Amino acid sequence: MNKMNLEEYKGVFVYAQQVDGELSGIALELLGKARDLAKDLDTNVTAVLVGADVKGLCDKLAEYGADRVIVVEDPELKEYRTEPYTHALASVINEYKPEIMLVGATAIGRDLGPRVSARVATGLTADCTMLEIGDFPLKPLPNQEQKHNQLLMTRPAFGGNTIATIACPDNRPQMATVRPGVMQKIAPIADAKAEIIEYNPGFTPNDNYVEILDIVKSVSETVDIMDAKILVSGGRGVGSPENFKILEDLAEALGGEVSCSRAVVDNGWKPKDLQVGQTGKTVRPQIYFAIGISGAIQHVAGMEESDVIVAINKDESAPIFDVADYGLVGDLNKIVPKLTEAVKAYKASKK
Amino acid sequence: MKIVVCIKQVPDTKGGVQFNPDGTLNRAAMLAIMNPDDKAGLEAALRLKDQYGAEVTVVTMGLPKAEDVLREALAMGADKAILVTDRVLGGADTWATSQTIAAAIRNLEYDLIITGRQAIDGDTAQVGPQISEHLNIPVISYAQDIKIDGDYVIVQRQYEDRYHVLKAKIPCLITALSELNEPRYMTPGGIWDACDAEITTWGRADLKDLDDANIGLKGSPTKIAKASDKVRKGAGEKVTLDPDEAVAYLMSKFDEKHII
Repeated sequence: MNKMNLEEYKGVFVYAQQVDGELSGIALELLGKARDLAKDLDTNVTAVLVGADVKGLCDKLAEYGADRVIVVEDPELKEYRTEPYTHALASVINEYKPEIMLVGATAIGRDLGPRVSARVATGLTADCTMLEIGDFPLKPLPNQEQKHNQLLMTRPAFGGNTIATIACPDNRPQMATVRPGVMQKIAPIADAKAEIIEYNPGFTPNDNYVEILDIVKSVSETVDIMDAKILVSGGRGVGSPENFKILEDLAEALGGEVSCSRAVVDNGWKPKDLQVGQTGKTVRPQIYFAIGISGAIQHVAGMEESDVIVAINKDESAPIFDVADYGLVGDLNKIVPKLTEAVKAYKASKK
Repeated sequence: MKIVVCIKQVPDTKGGVQFNPDGTLNRAAMLAIMNPDDKAGLEAALRLKDQYGAEVTVVTMGLPKAEDVLREALAMGADKAILVTDRVLGGADTWATSQTIAAAIRNLEYDLIITGRQAIDGDTAQVGPQISEHLNIPVISYAQDIKIDGDYVIVQRQYEDRYHVLKAKIPCLITALSELNEPRYMTPGGIWDACDAEITTWGRADLKDLDDANIGLKGSPTKIAKASDKVRKGAGEKVTLDPDEAVAYLMSKFDEKHII
């Protein structure tokens, strides 16, 4: 890598992802984390908002912690496409020189982040679950300068079998994509205002601009499982899409929502937006029921932060029992309906 | 049509994970397989070959033993295989890896480059898009369907709650999801031929237009500060009871701990 003048780079920047003119939850989560980091570095927080008609979102970004919003608006940015969005974010980075650039590890961010990092020639750490300011190397080493105020980016690898902490000591910005559902947004500050800067680097279509022929949204009447307090999650062991009825009944009795494992989505039993796990969503409800889920490491990575985990599985050696607070070995078809009745009776008795 | 498929030999995570003293992975100590998303990418390329006719070249960067996954790819139906291996390329992060693979691909003719979405060791999903940037060609990540239409590819690009149907000019790089297809098995004849097939090996000297400042551990902007096995919370209580007792047990726990 070429040597950079690191002193020029200041401030914590957040890519404020929006889709269809609505801010994604990750944008607010990143702002929450960015405030912590900015406090440690005694600097401020800038949100970068990219889209076609999105200026109206600036106040919300201010309420959730942005001191400044850089808005890139252009008709070419109506829908997410890799090239114009890369051009927008890379141009902002080159112009405003942040020391830290955070992007959500979403289906958009995991495409945008790598392309931008390659364009601005810096490192990128994927899918981080913890960010903090510290020293690199962590402890002083002979013959190596220890740098202070570095972004230390912690992430799982090997499907969650290991964790690694990574730094980017010689390049700026220090870039990370951050897993949705892990960082905490702040309580909104009413009437907060941010400094707003409008910036347009110019967009000239070339062969890297792909054409969107169609947009097919998955029809979903479900709430976002990442917001649910109680999740009743089913796996391959549920046996059929029809049999999810017994899970839905339990979820209804508990006031929770139904989610599922990857196998269920692969079988076409449930839509992808209900999938928990590494290639689905990361959830941390108060109670997570893993029903007929064996507990592959990729699934566990998406739910192990739940407050209480209940596993129901007929295979007593299923790995899900290794992370469950309460494990019931048995036939889910017999246990779940009885549990639903017991929950209803319990709730009735407490009224 | 010429298709380049980037594949990676990855440790099978079931075999356990080991590190070198410098925090990088000790790949030599682990069982190795073809990365699943890459295999789906290879299968996608082979289906395009079946449908439209194509020459499929597989490229991997790794230790000399990564030759095994190239032979597997040849046995599945790939036409040519290239191993990029050199001590100076080791310890690379995604920036240095993508620089190196892009340089290797510049030695080849290509209409389409297919990579897996992500590898099961690093789980970064970064190398594919970064290669496309270095080559200055369009990228379509997370492909769930690929078709060819003249000088264009038509690809379904997956997002969390939707997919886009995208049309991109060839040459183009596509990252494949394992949901894309069910990879074929190697054929006995394919295995026979693959054993004797020639594998082209390229070292540092064969890669042109590549700066030494951008390769290997030294050329990697990201550095590992610490790596360790993940500490998991221990298992709780596991009971085997008849359904009524099981439910009663669970409800008593819920009541005792004020869970619901």
